[in-house]
Amino acid sequence: MSAARESWLMRQQKKFEKNTLLLLIGILVVVAIGGIIEIVPLFYLKNTIEKVDGMRPYTPLELAGQQIYVSEGCHVCHSQMIRPLRDEVERYGHYSLAAESMYDHPFLWGSKRTGPDLARVGGKYSDEWQLQHLIDPRSVVPQSIMPPYAFLAGRPLDLSTLQDEMRALKAEGVPYTDAMIASAPADAAAQADPDSEFETMQAVYDGIAGRKGSVQIRNFDGQPGPPSEMDALIAYLQMLGTLVDFSTYQADDLKNQR
Amino acid sequence: MTDHSPEIDNHSGVETTGHEWDGIRELNNPLPRWWLYLFYACIAFAFGYWVLMPAWPGLPGMSGATPGILHASDRAKVAGELSALARDRAALSAKLATLDAASILKDPQLRQQALALGESTFGDNCATCHGPGGRGGKGYPRLADDVWLWGGSLADIEQTIRYGVRSGNPKARVIDMPAFGRDEFLKPAQIDDLVEYVMHLSGQPADEAAVARASQVFIDNCKTCHGAAGTGDRSRGVPNLTDADWLYGGDRATIRRTIFGPRGGVMPAWGDRFDPATVRALAIYVHSLGGGE
Repeated sequence: MSAARESWLMRQQKKFEKNTLLLLIGILVVVAIGGIIEIVPLFYLKNTIEKVDGMRPYTPLELAGQQIYVSEGCHVCHSQMIRPLRDEVERYGHYSLAAESMYDHPFLWGSKRTGPDLARVGGKYSDEWQLQHLIDPRSVVPQSIMPPYAFLAGRPLDLSTLQDEMRALKAEGVPYTDAMIASAPADAAAQADPDSEFETMQAVYDGIAGRKGSVQIRNFDGQPGPPSEMDALIAYLQMLGTLVDFSTYQADDLKNQR
Repeated sequence: MTDHSPEIDNHSGVETTGHEWDGIRELNNPLPRWWLYLFYACIAFAFGYWVLMPAWPGLPGMSGATPGILHASDRAKVAGELSALARDRAALSAKLATLDAASILKDPQLRQQALALGESTFGDNCATCHGPGGRGGKGYPRLADDVWLWGGSLADIEQTIRYGVRSGNPKARVIDMPAFGRDEFLKPAQIDDLVEYVMHLSGQPADEAAVARASQVFIDNCKTCHGAAGTGDRSRGVPNLTDADWLYGGDRATIRRTIFGPRGGVMPAWGDRFDPATVRALAIYVHSLGGGE
């Protein structure tokens, strides 16, 4: 049987059958089509990230807290994603917006809730409660199965990697300026010490948020001295969900409806 | 295709593709019919879906995806469900938010509904600190007794819930005890004496000599707020030192720690998280726990 007598399709099939590399590339191309159609438009569609007021990059202390949150695996048991379902909105508050994790790299939406959602935990409990709960969860919530994180309390916060982290985030599009990166270690210490000169740092981050009071200055762990990992983690938790100003967010704007 | 004359496999009688592998020829069996028709049905379904539901992401410059003629939207759906919920609760909410406390408590059905709403809200938001049923814990007041720092009337409880304690809210309840030790207002020996004095006030065994030494220290430093007898002042949130109820503990070490530097316990303001009716329901629930006035 000569090749000329085969149909065109059969001839193409023969090529793929006899060449595994070509087959592999073919599979990749076909599978990628679906992905490209689903993902690429998100980069240019205007309603991918809603227009909201109040979002700002995390302060150095909050960023350090987020790093601890990730390294301790908090996101494995806690989601940060309130879905647009009635019961979730009733329990946790307004459903999460894409804009609220626009400065998260990686985002921490999570996929499993062994513990409650933390997207709006900021301000829900006092610093003392957060501290006590992290040190010994069952001392305040007897039925909790969360492991204790008491070791964070005594551990001084390592500020040496903070500037590199901010540079990496800047490369990913988070609007940190060189000045913000330069003063990061000092800013981190200032946020955890109400007696320090925190005004400049507060003004910079409040300025991006477009409102006063977006940066909470407190001694989060109640211990004197330089900030601990506990300070950073509590600062991060107390910020979660507090940035977006929902009084100006137009949920019924057509471009926010999806 | 016209030049394709099929080759038939002798053994099975099925057409082959003509492709040969070391003497083995590939049979060209047709796809199972059920599979093929399901595949066609999926394609037809996709066309219907594109028309009805948000589907195609659109071209650069479009603000969003094609909306579909059903205009399906999860966000619109949850907004609708929430407003339906608000409608269902409207009658209760209006009564809770407008009626005065006494009339709410007099209406058994309304009271029942308020307690149910208050209990579920309490369980998810308040019990984390105040414990199940408001039994309290170290640093978190017990709500199930008749000892109140800021008052136990419905109005008092409601104000505490709405604005919090040292929450940063402008209307929050705030009272700050000086840090007698940390800020060096008193010498360590004076604090030791004061500890004995407070032990004595609360009816616990105390060193009489130290109590005598501390009485002037108490008058100079503590009396203004806690009163000459140490009974406190509820209008300002000053705790009573003469009873057996302690927020942080009534043993010597805990009292010394409190005099050394204030605890400054914080309760968040809940007025921004809950609507007025829920705050009122919470107040009624807390009021019902045992010590409401």
